[in-house]
Amino acid sequence: MYTEIVLAGFGGQGVLLIGKLLAYAGMKAGREVTWMPAYGPEMRGGTCNCTVVLSDRPIGSPISKAPHGLIALNLPSLDKFEDAVRPGGTIVVNTSLINRLPRRTDVTAVAVPANEVAIECGSPKAANMVALGAYVGASGVVELDHVKAIVAESFAAKPKLVEINHAALLRGVALGQEQAATSAAR
Amino acid sequence: MAKKLMKGCEAIGEAAVQAGCRLFFGYPITPQNEIPEYLSARLPQVGGTYVQAESEVAASNMLYGAAGAGCRCFTSSSGPGISLMQEGISYIAGAELPVVFVNIMRGGPGLGGILPSQSDYLQAVKGGGHGDYRCLVLAPSTVQEAADLVQEAFDLADKYRNPVMVLGDGIMGQMMEPVEFKRTVRPEDLPPKPWATTGAKGRKPNIVNSLHLQPESLEAHNWKLAAKYEAMAKADCRHEAWRLDGEVDVLFVAYGTVARICKTAIDTLAERGVKAGLFRPISLFPYPGEALAKVAERSTQILVSELSCGQMLEDVRYHIMGKRPVAFYGRVGGMIMTPDELVAEALKLVGRRGE
Repeated sequence: MYTEIVLAGFGGQGVLLIGKLLAYAGMKAGREVTWMPAYGPEMRGGTCNCTVVLSDRPIGSPISKAPHGLIALNLPSLDKFEDAVRPGGTIVVNTSLINRLPRRTDVTAVAVPANEVAIECGSPKAANMVALGAYVGASGVVELDHVKAIVAESFAAKPKLVEINHAALLRGVALGQEQAATSAAR
Repeated sequence: MAKKLMKGCEAIGEAAVQAGCRLFFGYPITPQNEIPEYLSARLPQVGGTYVQAESEVAASNMLYGAAGAGCRCFTSSSGPGISLMQEGISYIAGAELPVVFVNIMRGGPGLGGILPSQSDYLQAVKGGGHGDYRCLVLAPSTVQEAADLVQEAFDLADKYRNPVMVLGDGIMGQMMEPVEFKRTVRPEDLPPKPWATTGAKGRKPNIVNSLHLQPESLEAHNWKLAAKYEAMAKADCRHEAWRLDGEVDVLFVAYGTVARICKTAIDTLAERGVKAGLFRPISLFPYPGEALAKVAERSTQILVSELSCGQMLEDVRYHIMGKRPVAFYGRVGGMIMTPDELVAEALKLVGRRGE
């Protein structure tokens, strides 16, 4: 098992955080993990991104030229990384902010209105959790229990936030599983 | 202690604290700002002191003073800042003071860029400042190893009374990996430093100085330093030999982050029927040249890879002494080679072009 995932969005959308949660979940599952932020000359209003690698073996490069998965929370992120995703990979698109679907037909595309779903779950800030859930649900990259556990640990000081984030995560998982199944059936 | 996901920079900062270091003097520069940021919050928690100096020149001279007074102390910077510290490093080497320096390399020369690079190898390994001196140089390739080597760097600095440089790159600094701290040293448990200037109550004054105006005295001092570097070469040469049992078609030689990328390439080559292995120097000075030469005897081709235009390459060629062809593949300016680029280079070397 070797998976590279790029997570991207505007600064403030929490892509670095869900990247860390994914890496921690991988650690809980006993895998080797790396988390690498892009720290280059990024443009204000452009994309902020990180790469997470989960593997059964020691990880070589923590940077990905051709990821297996992409979580795009805004349009510049989808524009920038869509073509790089490996055939057969998974792309999660936040349709609350992105007015198009992936053009690629050789990947599993998961479209989630992450912001709206997050508001329904109790906080617009949990849009990142919806997207993370959608990716986990569609790809099965790591067991959901590990993700739930690390979310609970990360927000342990604020039980209300655990509740909201868990709800958002699970809504995302359901959307991801559903769309992955439809995609596989096609 | 359970494994924690930490950025390389944060792990380096915590490793210094776990090594009993309580003093940091530095000046910010990307891509290592998380080290001073971490320590500015962490050191006061353990009764330590964090000083943001007015410049890197000042920071390195503050280190001279703190180390002279017998305190464990360190700094971190990146290429341009390390260049400014060279005056202090030379004086620290001359006065035989134990100080740990961390260089999280970025692309140069000049201001260059902020992205990862290994272009300060020659500066770190061959001197950097003026005079006949060497730093002991260590190059980690994982965040865990960075934490371990930083802790050890303090012991080695004390052992040899010499500056120790830990050489990482922007990837090492920014990447998060699981890390655990295997031992905790308290400052009060460290062995005494009878040479330090701690106040001369009840004893003759100690003098910490790098000035020797009498040529006989300076010559003796230089030979004493040279003997110290010889001792390092005998006792503290380190390397990792990976997939190097028996003969190999291609021997990769790389350090730090690039060595990790080589490992992925070597796995891919194995799937294609090319036997390759990795020699990874961990100490860059002293250089594990004898061990490399031995491994090279069992290798058909040698491929050195660096994030530079070929700096460690000079040391590899020096130790191989023309007995094998030594090829080179480098990326610079913050560009990182992919495993596939290395696979393609290796296939070219074994005469399998266009695969």
